[in-house]
Amino acid sequence: MNAVETKNLTYKYSVGTPFETTAVDDISVTIEQGEFVGVIGHTGSGKSTLIQHLNGLLKQTSGEVFINGRNIWDKDVNIRDIRFEAGLVFQYSEYQLFEETVYKDIAFGPKNMGLSDEEIDKRVKKAAEQMGLNEELLERSPFDLSGGQKRRVALAGVIAMEPKILILDEPAAGLDPAGRDKVLEEISSYHKNSETTILLVSHSMEDIVKYAKKVLVMNKGKLFCYEDVDTVFSMSEELKNIGLDIPQISKLAHLLKQKGIDIGNDIYTVERAKERLLKIIKGNTDA
Amino acid sequence: MLKDITIGQFFPGNSIIHRMDSRFKIVLDILYVVMLFVADNFISLTIAGIFILMAYAVSGIKPIMMVKSLKPLLPLILFTAILNLFFINGTEEPLFKWWVITIYWEGISTAIFMIVRIICLIIGMSLLTYTTSPIVLTDAIERLLSPLKKIKLPVHELAMMMTIALRFIPTLIEETDKIMSAQKARGAELDTGGLLKRAKALVPILIPLFVSAFKRANELAMAMECRCYKGGDGRTKLRQLKASGLDYMVSLLMITVFGFIIVDNMVF
Repeated sequence: MNAVETKNLTYKYSVGTPFETTAVDDISVTIEQGEFVGVIGHTGSGKSTLIQHLNGLLKQTSGEVFINGRNIWDKDVNIRDIRFEAGLVFQYSEYQLFEETVYKDIAFGPKNMGLSDEEIDKRVKKAAEQMGLNEELLERSPFDLSGGQKRRVALAGVIAMEPKILILDEPAAGLDPAGRDKVLEEISSYHKNSETTILLVSHSMEDIVKYAKKVLVMNKGKLFCYEDVDTVFSMSEELKNIGLDIPQISKLAHLLKQKGIDIGNDIYTVERAKERLLKIIKGNTDA
Repeated sequence: MLKDITIGQFFPGNSIIHRMDSRFKIVLDILYVVMLFVADNFISLTIAGIFILMAYAVSGIKPIMMVKSLKPLLPLILFTAILNLFFINGTEEPLFKWWVITIYWEGISTAIFMIVRIICLIIGMSLLTYTTSPIVLTDAIERLLSPLKKIKLPVHELAMMMTIALRFIPTLIEETDKIMSAQKARGAELDTGGLLKRAKALVPILIPLFVSAFKRANELAMAMECRCYKGGDGRTKLRQLKASGLDYMVSLLMITVFGFIIVDNMVF
């Protein structure tokens, strides 16, 4: 089944005034159940606006949005149910924390779903564990935690709702390298264990390559392409033209090629580069 | 909803009113309010009304903005009008009588008088903020209040606080929007349920908002100290306020109108 489907989705700001701008322009895309999708695009390309349509925080100017096959703006669809189905974690999500204890904060979402106390307890503990939060942290105030821990509490708050689709807007932005890796690893293992569909918005091409299977590229409000990782990163010239970067190792491969060492155009992970280089070096010694 | 707030809304322009010294604008605006209350008959009130409408015409502010400035105070205007309508006793026969309600001609005329007076008052004050940028406005307030430094009133600090508060209104609105979206994404219901439920629903919005406001204040204080801010003593200004012939002309016009109204009051 298709987890997310948009048909000619268009969103305009300040309609009818001189400031009218099209933030999302005629996007039709289908994302399958269980996919791990990286969403990339230059600042202001409409990524954040697009993802806010997927749980109905914004209502499109024209077009349609389907979540798990249901048109989310149908009269008989309760928009709150959609928000529990498609969990959205905002940029700098630690700013949404407000409760006295970490436990209560994670429980906010499940409580709004109207679940029983036992079910809430189960989900809070499970979500905390999935996000690598110790049980003893649960009784602490969220404001006493470190930045990385706060971020993971906010993530756990959404994961505890057990959404079938998890949308993350730069979940690792502003964290130190260790915090980054930790947050992304937890998300990746959550994806593997629960087969949740994940949309990860990120500016780091390395992160996208490492975790995503498919990549959705946005440019000036339009869908540039939606392809698998290999196809997208083989178009390095096109990506550069729309102001996007390619992984550093790909740049290195290009430079090597200019110097006469061709290790191929499909280099975007360090592992593959190492493999190819070793092959070339070995080939040379054999000869 | 949050984008409708018009506090301190400023429309840049180059009209006579825009070019006036903001100190004069504030003083003349206060004088205008006094004038409205001195005016005690319809003729003088009409003069005051025409005066402010002409000022709007000169300023180039769209008339729709007058209506917009009145909107939030509509309940107050109606309340005043209704009170006057029902509670003023006239000397002649009542125009209308039913149960405990009696309406006299005097009641109707006082109600209209009050409505016009409040409308003039509000649009008069709005003209000041429409044509003066908040920064210049606080600057002028600081200068006008500077004699109070003698009695140890921290005038500069008060003006700085006002400037900072005005500066952060849009920032806080944006922040509120973001937090509201984040809590809605977790299933928070903000616009349904009874009064108590709605008040409770504000907690998840207000606490993060306060936390980040304090954090912002801290950062701002730190940044100001890093740039050696130490209050108003010895601080020079980039934009010097300067009175010109224009300001004295407009003041003269205003005083003439005021004088006319006083004479008018004595005659009628």
